[in-house]
Amino acid sequence: MIETRNLKKIYTTEDVETTALNQVNLAVQPGEFIAVMGPSGCGKSTLLNILGLLDTPSAGEYLFLGEEVSRHSERRRAQLRKSNIGFIFQSFNLIDELTVFENVELPLLYLGISASARKKRVLAVLEQMQLVPRKNHFPQQLSGGQQQRVAVGRAVVGSPKLILADEPTGNLDSTHGDEVMKLLTDLHESGTTIIMVTHSPAYADYSQRVVHLFDGHVVTENLMEKFHV
Amino acid sequence: MIRLRDITRYYTNGFVKTFVLRGVRLDVAEGEFLTIMGPSGAGKSTLLHILGMLDATSEGEYFFHDIPVHELTERRRTELHQQNIGFVFQSYHLIDDLTVYENLETPLLYKKVKAAERKSLVADMLDRFGIVAKKDLFPAQLSGGQQQLVAVARAMIIHPRLILADEPTGNLNSKQGEEIMALFRELNRAGTTIIQVTHSEKNAAYGHRIIHLCDGWVTGHQLAASG
Repeated sequence: MIETRNLKKIYTTEDVETTALNQVNLAVQPGEFIAVMGPSGCGKSTLLNILGLLDTPSAGEYLFLGEEVSRHSERRRAQLRKSNIGFIFQSFNLIDELTVFENVELPLLYLGISASARKKRVLAVLEQMQLVPRKNHFPQQLSGGQQQRVAVGRAVVGSPKLILADEPTGNLDSTHGDEVMKLLTDLHESGTTIIMVTHSPAYADYSQRVVHLFDGHVVTENLMEKFHV
Repeated sequence: MIRLRDITRYYTNGFVKTFVLRGVRLDVAEGEFLTIMGPSGAGKSTLLHILGMLDATSEGEYFFHDIPVHELTERRRTELHQQNIGFVFQSYHLIDDLTVYENLETPLLYKKVKAAERKSLVADMLDRFGIVAKKDLFPAQLSGGQQQLVAVARAMIIHPRLILADEPTGNLNSKQGEEIMALFRELNRAGTTIIQVTHSEKNAAYGHRIIHLCDGWVTGHQLAASG
């Protein structure tokens, strides 16, 4: 599903060059659940942004669904992104002016799906996230755990092939963190490919493979224990 | 515009009632710029949430343009909120996988605003907030100050009559903070009513009037330094 070849990202600010990613080679198969770990500033979020077509590499190749996308126009990348990728962020990323229902519905508006089909799909997702009684509430009326469930709902409502999660449990206590991980595991089991950045070894355990980044390099890749046997 | 009478808010936990607001009485006229100050835990954010119709009162009356908010169903409250109120928070609450343009457009997608009109409303906001050049960027590509500008612009795009701001400069450096406050002053002069919660005397000076909260009580009223 994903393959990067010698991916490089360099930021230049006032004559200082910072190499955020250096020669990253990564292959992800459809249906995999991968955790990306590493210290702060090692390039995890940069990698996720490039994989999510939110940013472009300075050099190297990125093949997404078999297509070289790193030189695509912004319009074409947006199209690919909106129809294939769902995002979950640490800080929930909900819109305060919109209700729970509307927040979840948002990606479907960009896909040009009819109102009745949207309603059906949103209600099904709210059901899955156990948020039906909250559908007319605003984000600020919810707990952090509920807000992140809305965000997960928003990420999955368009049935994306790939979910990118950047520290999805970072702002949650362990009970709510476990809940979100349970949802990701369910999505993985139903066939969604997931790439998750996390600091938590316990949550990395939910994945099949852990990629460790350090100073912009992939230093090791570990298959998780349970899949060795 | 706003009339609060003996607003009390408590949370019940077993047999214990914890009071967050006690007997709050407050009038805010259309076009005012009011600041709420007080120590942490004084009830400032709860008061802002009640004003924004995100939280209900335990006791007391809340009239918004003579509509008794305390008697409304939740559905009606939601409507009233969406038609009249914009919120700005300390953290920016933008969607990271949508561009600046798309972030601004979102509230309009739900207002049955036609595509051409949406385009002109967004273009207008981008222009007014000096962020035209940023329209195709994602939030992560902006500075904190720019992200907050986008958040304020999004709150403004439905032309709310009332803006509620909870520590809107809390995550910004002083120069960015001043920019946001100057923007609020400008919006207020153009007719938008603003109520902000802040710890900063400097930010309070942009408003007309200050109320002080402590332990859920309104403990003082004063005119702002510049007011």
